[in-house]
Amino acid sequence: MSVQAGRGGERDPNLWRRNVRASKLRERGVTTLFAAFAYLSILTTFGIVLVLIFETINFFRQVPIFDYLFGTTWRPGFARAEFGVLPLIYGTLLTTAIAAAVALPIGLLAAIYLSEYAPTGLRRWLKPALEILAGVPTVVYGYFALTFLTPLLGNVFTGISTFNALSAGLIMGVMIIPTVASVSEDAIYAVPRGLREGGYALGATKREVATRIVVPAALSGIAASFVLGISRAVGETMIVAIAAGNLAQFGGPLESVQTMTAYIVAVSTGETAAGTITYQTIFVVGATLFVMTLILNILSIIFVRRFRETY
Amino acid sequence: MSESQTEVATRGSGPGEPEDKTAFKNTSNNRNLTDKLFTVLVTAAAFFGIVVLAVLLVDVFRDGLPFVDGQFLTSLSSITPENAGVYGALVGSILLIVLTALITVPIGVGAAIYLEEYAGDNFFTRAVEVTISNLAAVPSIIYGILGLGLFVNGLIVPGMGPILLAGALTLSLLVLPVIIIATREALRAVPGSVREGGIALGATRWEVTRDHVLPSALPGALTGMILALSRALGETAPLIVVGAVTFATFAPPISPEALFGRYGALPIQIYDYIQRFRPEFKDELAPAGIVVMMVVLLLVNSVAIVLRNRWQARR
Repeated sequence: MSVQAGRGGERDPNLWRRNVRASKLRERGVTTLFAAFAYLSILTTFGIVLVLIFETINFFRQVPIFDYLFGTTWRPGFARAEFGVLPLIYGTLLTTAIAAAVALPIGLLAAIYLSEYAPTGLRRWLKPALEILAGVPTVVYGYFALTFLTPLLGNVFTGISTFNALSAGLIMGVMIIPTVASVSEDAIYAVPRGLREGGYALGATKREVATRIVVPAALSGIAASFVLGISRAVGETMIVAIAAGNLAQFGGPLESVQTMTAYIVAVSTGETAAGTITYQTIFVVGATLFVMTLILNILSIIFVRRFRETY
Repeated sequence: MSESQTEVATRGSGPGEPEDKTAFKNTSNNRNLTDKLFTVLVTAAAFFGIVVLAVLLVDVFRDGLPFVDGQFLTSLSSITPENAGVYGALVGSILLIVLTALITVPIGVGAAIYLEEYAGDNFFTRAVEVTISNLAAVPSIIYGILGLGLFVNGLIVPGMGPILLAGALTLSLLVLPVIIIATREALRAVPGSVREGGIALGATRWEVTRDHVLPSALPGALTGMILALSRALGETAPLIVVGAVTFATFAPPISPEALFGRYGALPIQIYDYIQRFRPEFKDELAPAGIVVMMVVLLLVNSVAIVLRNRWQARR
């Protein structure tokens, strides 16, 4: 692969010499290495599933699966321990429902504003400003719920518990607004202009176009944002661990409840020796949580794909 | 849509001609009022979050700022509130983030380059993509459980115990999907002509990527990375699960030995102060810790913005 240096006939061995073999080798090396990095994500997923399954099997050797799934008392670490997960699932669903009641409507309306109403300049800074909400560490939200919102709610609802589902759920809802708003806005913004103009041509007002043409057209993307927001709420940990308390009971919104995530944190703060049944509960509850969020995440991926296909 | 059709018909009846009030009902006044109310509603919804954020910041800073002083920043955790501080936790957090960055940035960028520049559209690539977007939505506490089962106690290989390295590896798995997604988006924004130009001059794919595509994608990627890492800085739940100490009565040494020692972290220290029995901890030290954490986050994010602006100015 040597190239003659042209006139004069002198040959400089360093000129115009290209080591194709080394290039090819390097190319192959880079590809293999980077492919391995990419496949690491599949490995991580397998790792999660494997770790969860491993200890879960150990747990179900000692506790019947029926008692776990349908038991109504969660009392591990006691002499007569009981492992019914329903109170924890109830706590999770209650705080999630409160958060969803805040985040879904406000998030969707904010998305409509950002896409349809906001002037371009305002939109450019409002979107990143909203994203800051999602970047605030969750301990900070937990502190805010416990020391600011709960006393405030105490003025309205006398007899509210220091740790309660309502305050934690409301703040969790605020945290999730950007998730819902940003995914919804992407879907709403992607609706073709022609559909809006068709609506205006028929004499519809701006609101009518937004709510009866644009939103229905973006429905699958909006559904994806809702599901993703709910999944965030189900998996959120520190806000509920700090502000919703640690009582595994079927309490009302003004009372203390314990979510699955809060339980895992509560167990982990104490030193729990590997191999004990209390240690295994971390993994069983984690597996339950993982399955719930996995179903929600797959749903949202399906919804997103559908809306991408449409436009 | 019947209302709007009615209105069109009314408008279409032209000037001069008397309207048939029984056939056409002009609803435009009502509809315009609803429209105005709706505009107010969506605007309020969009600014609601911002208002809450402002209230939160004011509240936290008003609670905490008076208690942030030299003594607080240089003291370790203690059972007496007058002597307690965040120094050990702060050092632990900084070490954690530096280590996480060292692990995730090369791997994340490599994976993103592979997916964006090399991989063909086949089953495996699609599987990796779905896996990554799912991993990005897995609750952070699940990563803590993964780290507990895999790194701390060991599943196939023996565990390493609740050491700093285990914490950093756990955080790395957590932020990796976010870094990959951000870098891919930045790579995708580089126009195809840059690649074609390089290839036409005889450069290999890797040379084109290294010398042309990556440099122009870097500012965007960098911003995404720093945002992801600053998220890791505030992560609490996974570190609690992998056994970071809640009571940082020591600071990890600034040396490689720190990797194999125990550690505290700022958000965990805050959580611990909120939980303590004596009210000074919750009412004074916790918000002071939050102020320190928020300031660190702000600094990290400003660095991201400055870096990006500089890079863009130079090009």
